[in-house]
Amino acid sequence: MIDSDAFVQALQDMGVDFFTGVPDSILGGIIAELMDRRLYTPAVREDEAVAMAAGAYMAGKVPAVLMQNSGLGTSLNTLISLNMIYRQPCVLIVSWRGQGGKDAPEHLVMGEVMPQFLNTMKIPHRTLTEKTAVEDFKWVAETFMRQRIPVALFITKGVVKGLHP
Amino acid sequence: MRPEQGTLISRAQAIAALLELLTDQPVVICNGFPSREAQKIADRPTHFYMIGSMGNAPAIALGVALAKPNKQVITFDGDGNVLMGMGTLATVGALKPRNFIHVVFDNEVYGTTGNQPTISNVVPLEKVAKAAGYVNVERVLDRDDLVYEFKDMLKKDGPSMLLVKVNEFAEDAGRVLLDPPDITKRFMKAIE
Repeated sequence: MIDSDAFVQALQDMGVDFFTGVPDSILGGIIAELMDRRLYTPAVREDEAVAMAAGAYMAGKVPAVLMQNSGLGTSLNTLISLNMIYRQPCVLIVSWRGQGGKDAPEHLVMGEVMPQFLNTMKIPHRTLTEKTAVEDFKWVAETFMRQRIPVALFITKGVVKGLHP
Repeated sequence: MRPEQGTLISRAQAIAALLELLTDQPVVICNGFPSREAQKIADRPTHFYMIGSMGNAPAIALGVALAKPNKQVITFDGDGNVLMGMGTLATVGALKPRNFIHVVFDNEVYGTTGNQPTISNVVPLEKVAKAAGYVNVERVLDRDDLVYEFKDMLKKDGPSMLLVKVNEFAEDAGRVLLDPPDITKRFMKAIE
């Protein structure tokens, strides 16, 4: 299991210096760490978070947006009619609720279709694992710089330490 | 009656009056006619013209304002846009960026899609903003008040909302000419 402070430090080492989003339980430890470091600006909807990140990017920041995968649905139009066409990148830290069909009913459809959903939107994505974490972060940074569009890193349950171990 | 009785000014006239008072401040302009009209009236590299992501103009401007606390950031928005992204009034009200001015052109219709009515005739958006925590809030009906209040807001700490009642007239302005990636690059360079 990756510690939340190591996860946040890895993002900061990549240059990420603007963090916003909407919480999820899987991301609880990461958000607590970001709040400890006074780095987190809370949003009320995921599309708002994505748009705030776009503004911060244009003002010289390297932004990350944290969200539950349901938020991909909420922010779909912003991702495709702002970030994709205007070439405004951000790191999407997305918790993979409903993975493998083991979750509450509201998460099951998105949990099953999420990778295809992002493929359809042409948003590059990768799933973080403890073993490949160094390469995963390197891939995120390189894809962000090369493509200048949102890049998603999926966080599955138990990979990053949460609030309740 | 739509628009509100006594409203004489068009959105284009309001935009022209505001742009006369601005120099190099970043201005994030919502999708639809506001961006097209602003581009026609005075095209500046400090303008970020939106062509999609309706409802997100103040969120983009908020991102700029938080990242550039020493620059006053303006957003030009519409009533339909504010209603769509109403949660952002709460985010702005809670974060209280001092360098944030939210101008709302309220014509009570979705002008770009054929003047279908919004609900801003019965929902006073500036009162929603005030309740959410905006520090300065004004509602103006004519050009003189618009100029007076906007000059005042430029001198004050925000967040501020200036709601401008405008008529339904839309300038023959054409679409936004620049390619979206060029709008991003130009804006980034201009506000560096």
